[in-house]
Amino acid sequence: MCPETQDRENTMFTTLRWSALGVATAAAMSLAGVAAADGHAKLKVGLITTLTGGGAGIGADIRDGFMLAMKQGGEGIEVVVEDDQRKPDIAVQLADKMIQSEKVDILTGIIWSNLALAVVPSTTAQGKFYLSPNAGPTQLAGRGCHENYFNVAWQNDNLHEAAGAHANTAGFKNAFILAPNYPAGQDALKGFKRMYEGELAGELYTKLGQTDYAAEIAQIRASGADGIFFFLPGGMGISFLKQYADSGIDLPVVGPAFSFDQGILQAVGDAALGVQNTSQWSKDIDNATNKAFVADFAAAYGRLPSLYASQSFDTANLIISAAAKADVKDQDAFRDALRAADFNSTRGDFKFGNNQHPIQDIYVREVIKEGDIFTNKIIGTGLTDHQDVYAADCKL
Amino acid sequence: MSTILLIEQILNGLQFGVMLFLMAAGLTLIFGVMGLINLAHGALYMVGAFAAASMAAWTGSFTLALIAALVAAAMFGALIELTVIRRLYKRDHLDQVLATFALILVFSEATRWVFGSFPLFLDMPDALSGTVMLPGGIEYSKYRLTIIIIGLLVALGLFLLIARTRVGMRIRAGENDREMIGALGVDISILYTMVFALGAALAGLSGALVGAIQSVEVGMGEPVLILAFVVIVIGGIGSIKGALAGAILVGLTDTLGRTLLPVLFSTFMDASAATTIGSALASMLIYILMAGVLIFKPTGLFGSA
Repeated sequence: MCPETQDRENTMFTTLRWSALGVATAAAMSLAGVAAADGHAKLKVGLITTLTGGGAGIGADIRDGFMLAMKQGGEGIEVVVEDDQRKPDIAVQLADKMIQSEKVDILTGIIWSNLALAVVPSTTAQGKFYLSPNAGPTQLAGRGCHENYFNVAWQNDNLHEAAGAHANTAGFKNAFILAPNYPAGQDALKGFKRMYEGELAGELYTKLGQTDYAAEIAQIRASGADGIFFFLPGGMGISFLKQYADSGIDLPVVGPAFSFDQGILQAVGDAALGVQNTSQWSKDIDNATNKAFVADFAAAYGRLPSLYASQSFDTANLIISAAAKADVKDQDAFRDALRAADFNSTRGDFKFGNNQHPIQDIYVREVIKEGDIFTNKIIGTGLTDHQDVYAADCKL
Repeated sequence: MSTILLIEQILNGLQFGVMLFLMAAGLTLIFGVMGLINLAHGALYMVGAFAAASMAAWTGSFTLALIAALVAAAMFGALIELTVIRRLYKRDHLDQVLATFALILVFSEATRWVFGSFPLFLDMPDALSGTVMLPGGIEYSKYRLTIIIIGLLVALGLFLLIARTRVGMRIRAGENDREMIGALGVDISILYTMVFALGAALAGLSGALVGAIQSVEVGMGEPVLILAFVVIVIGGIGSIKGALAGAILVGLTDTLGRTLLPVLFSTFMDASAATTIGSALASMLIYILMAGVLIFKPTGLFGSA
């Protein structure tokens, strides 16, 4: 090929990237589902989540948990669903479209902290509410907290702090820790180190969306560690666990629930059996709301819910409870109704701290096999009434 | 950093490179022979992995799963060549890109429709799980070693096919002068379908092999596709030899960069900053490599000017 063609090729690749993006966005829009409840909608919610690519399983859980609650009690609430493809730029475009042309009152649904950081500040600045069913980046919990931003799941550090505390109990003295290199990954390692008292044999950041961990596993083998902590949600966790199980390294592993959620376990099989992980939710938390949620979710979608589904189910019920008390147009009243958190949570008691992030118990679970299904079982409580450390910096 | 760790990382880099080669070989063949930019190559990789996972779930045999992956990917490859791709050879590259991008969407949505959004389970066969002790005390995954061997065998096979057989001669002739080999009475359309199906089968094989150690899910092909494009640009578009060299170069650079850069940075800054900056730089390394190669050899390592 002559140099001229090569040049043309390169320009073409640039053009291609943009046109591809345009096509992808157009496709995403046409796929967007609109679920309108009967009668006149008094409240409109925009749900932006990841429905294609590596995080699609998590996004499906977020959407399905949310829609289940809406089906059960969301009369008069309209939900618009869009796919962000795990790309911050697309998430921002969708948020703007939802606020400006769909005229939604509340946005929710984002899984990834880097996307949340791109969307949440502009949403609250435009006078809309944002309720996070998952991402809880540090930046939005402390000095950057906002009266219109609520996190119904956790602050990012929380589950990792519990994992750090559990690593002490499990007798880790020299742990190897790894997480993807994005805001939630950095929060994860920070959170783990806050509670963990032993030494570190190594600390690694991997690429977000990485699928091959041979290089990392070789480093773990050579590090002389006595235990491993890893935070790798979605497909990343599947790849790591399968490769780790095959590596012949036999060190104990702890992690947050994200590395061992219901979707991951089925794809990993025996490799995760017996692993201990920390979570604010589990399908065996003993309360009526949770039991009904697990049964209804399984009946509606033919699979067990994950913690992501429980979080978006809680988010939807919080919205429903607030909408019953106040009109969203009266922002102060609606905000107070949200703060009161007067709904039945799958986690039992639910309350917000001053920075509008939950104060909650975090459990330790173990991966077990029930019949043919791999799932988690609570074996103890890691941290009781736990609140994030950033709340003190929040002026609310 | 010990020598054993370094050798293990070199093996990992080699294994990653060999996987990339299986993808890149098809891509570069299709571009070289037909002048077509095929973005749907990643979708065929996904087809291979899903076919393997379904076959493994059904029969429990990994060998049958690999065969299913090869057959399914080749079949879908031939099918899209006959129905869509064939109309694109004479069109502009931009049209080809648009059409094959549409194919990605079609394949992704169809797969989601059939299998759902949740990752499928595909495990390696028991005979290949676990590790093997290599000379020098290196403990290495049997499965990854097998991938390296399969990849190198495929490379050898492709080389023989192209250099020593009649079909290979036609492929080379097609690369040099499409009109002329048509004029000499070779049925060019059958040749094109064959080359396309061959490329697709290689992508499917690669998807199935990787599926056993990674997650089999919708959209798994696109990240690999981008790397495969980097490989063929470095190696020289259209050259199989270039694809092999490029793939191994990219595999080694990526793996060793991920390991060595944080260590290097930690010699002059504190550990956690070194980890962050080292990993950030490591993820850019192969693109820096590509830019570097293009500065000195604008047509790639083995590209013809």
